[in-house]
Amino acid sequence: MTNINEVQGGGRERVLSLRGISKHFGAVSALTEIDLDVHAGEVVALVGDNGAGKSTLVKILAGVHQPSSGSISFRGKPVTLDDPSTALGLGIATVFQDLALCENLDVVSNIFLGRELSPLRLDEVSMEVKAWTLLNELSARIPSVREPVASLSGGQRQTVAIARSLLLEPKLILLDEPTAALGVAQTAEVLDLIERVRERGLGVIMISHNMEDVRAVADRIVVLRLGRNNGVFAPDASNQELVSAITGAANNSVSRRASRRQAQSEHPQAQAQAPETRR
Amino acid sequence: MTKSVEQDTQVATMLDRRDERVKHAEGIGGSIRAFLDRVRSGDLGSLPVVVGLAIIWTIFQSLNPVFLAPNNLVNLLFDCSTVGVIALGIVCILMVGEIDLSVGSVSGFASALVGVLWVNQGWPVAVAILAALAFGALIGAVYAFLFNRFGMPSFVSTLAGLLSILGLQLYLLGSTGSINLPYESPLVNFGQLLVMPDAVSYILAALPGIVFLVLEYRTAARRRAAGLSSHPLGRLLVRAVILTVILEFIVYYLNLDRGIPWMFGLFVGLVVAMDYALTRTKWGRSMIAVGGNREAARRAGINVRYIYTTAFMLCSALAATGGILSAARLASASQQAGTGDVNLNAIAAAVIGGTSLFGGRGSAYSALLGIIVIQSIASGLTLLDLSSSLRYMITGAVLAIAVIVDSLARRSRVSHGRA
Repeated sequence: MTNINEVQGGGRERVLSLRGISKHFGAVSALTEIDLDVHAGEVVALVGDNGAGKSTLVKILAGVHQPSSGSISFRGKPVTLDDPSTALGLGIATVFQDLALCENLDVVSNIFLGRELSPLRLDEVSMEVKAWTLLNELSARIPSVREPVASLSGGQRQTVAIARSLLLEPKLILLDEPTAALGVAQTAEVLDLIERVRERGLGVIMISHNMEDVRAVADRIVVLRLGRNNGVFAPDASNQELVSAITGAANNSVSRRASRRQAQSEHPQAQAQAPETRR
Repeated sequence: MTKSVEQDTQVATMLDRRDERVKHAEGIGGSIRAFLDRVRSGDLGSLPVVVGLAIIWTIFQSLNPVFLAPNNLVNLLFDCSTVGVIALGIVCILMVGEIDLSVGSVSGFASALVGVLWVNQGWPVAVAILAALAFGALIGAVYAFLFNRFGMPSFVSTLAGLLSILGLQLYLLGSTGSINLPYESPLVNFGQLLVMPDAVSYILAALPGIVFLVLEYRTAARRRAAGLSSHPLGRLLVRAVILTVILEFIVYYLNLDRGIPWMFGLFVGLVVAMDYALTRTKWGRSMIAVGGNREAARRAGINVRYIYTTAFMLCSALAATGGILSAARLASASQQAGTGDVNLNAIAAAVIGGTSLFGGRGSAYSALLGIIVIQSIASGLTLLDLSSSLRYMITGAVLAIAVIVDSLARRSRVSHGRA
């Protein structure tokens, strides 16, 4: 499992490296001894069941929480992420699950929110040009940057959120459930977008529950279980392997269901002989 | 890429015109069509209040021909300025989705404070005014502290403020009950008499058109250079000319009588300054963002508490300004100042003018338009010699209609995806 880590890293710069990260909330250990590497131009998918610690890990990287122990190095240098602006300043951008866009503002205002050019006399022309440049680099399909965000579809909003995270020229982008709540076509658009971000040489950490999406774009799949590392997989790993790493056992509810369905389709007469699989 | 954009003059290659799915309005006919589309989708802007004002003026003019006489309109402008400044503060606080119910009390207390410090204590009038303004800002800072520190809803904290500041005002005026401001003083002159010389008013009325034309032309040139679509010079000229003609006509008409009050000039100046701050500065963008989605604003790195603090402080300081102006208008600081319908008129003016009660949507100009509607009703009914009972009922009905229009427009915006 670790050799995949090294092979995929290749000769590219290691953007982020976590060693022994632990996080306790009172008596609860949300994360225990987490190791994680992300290289430039690499998409790392972070998967795990509910409560596995994915969001906690992302929040630590975004500077929202501070780890109880362990070290973070960013581009080879040890760093401490005290607050969101420190993370942002280093070049770690986060696209949160609930997007965090202001629906009453237009696309340009949202992309530049909090980082407007010339604060006392807003430079709308430069901001609009920069917004179009960012959106065009992502080959985004936004009809107009002067419409309020409320008029955009879910996929377009995700595009705006990602474009905003690119504004500060980050080295690493964290995407928390980027395809949740999106339709089929919009999901495909966002996955294309992630690939374009990777082509720009950025490191990407993507949290997702959707194995299909993960397999489609990830270079490496890192599994967390109960706050611990539980394996690193190549995207061509079988569903069986992934699911057992996520749930922690070969015999779990997902595999039982799969084998039951298989048994039903292949041997309809065999059902009576295997009553225990139906539990 | 930019090179080819510069060389190619075709619209299709402009940076913001490459998506063929979006229709873009071309020419003056296109502008009108785009405007009608916007209205149909519920993005009404100030259209309802302008239509409403036309209806109200038509009715009152037909009932009493004195209503639209220059003399009455000049009086109207004097009356608008006092509560209008308070309404401007309300626009500010509504923008972040909060409310200040104590603006009436704050204005009353500010007038009392000026009366006591200036007339009774003999302070210089400027210092007394500054003290009242500082007191207003302080009240806002207290509300902001309660809101940021304890999460106290502004509805409750300002309701408490309404009572306690009214109490302070009564205590301050205690024995005398009211203080008369000296009639010959500049402050009272400013509130009752001072009007612009004709020449000054004509020049000031020409300014907006000129400034609009120059700024828009420079913007258009920059946009062309950057490869963005831009308004053609012809359309800018037409709009600037229409704007100038309307303003100059208003000034000409009012100059038939006394002319434009300086106090109204101050009010409009504050409105323009507020509009600039809200639409052209980072602070204003943050205000709108906080009103639209507080959490998104926080995650974008905006200091949300600072924004709330500025909104509360500005609102109270403007309320104090309005109080001082109304003291100047009435030449007295009394126990009745700021009570009664001042509070609700100010809030109603902001809402009638088109500022949303739910935050993140509105304009400084809604204070101007809204207060003209409210004062027109008051003035028209006074001319008809009708009692204040009827005035309250009609103002209430207009407010209800304004909120209904706002709600319907919002529903329409949601269904057209423009909320």
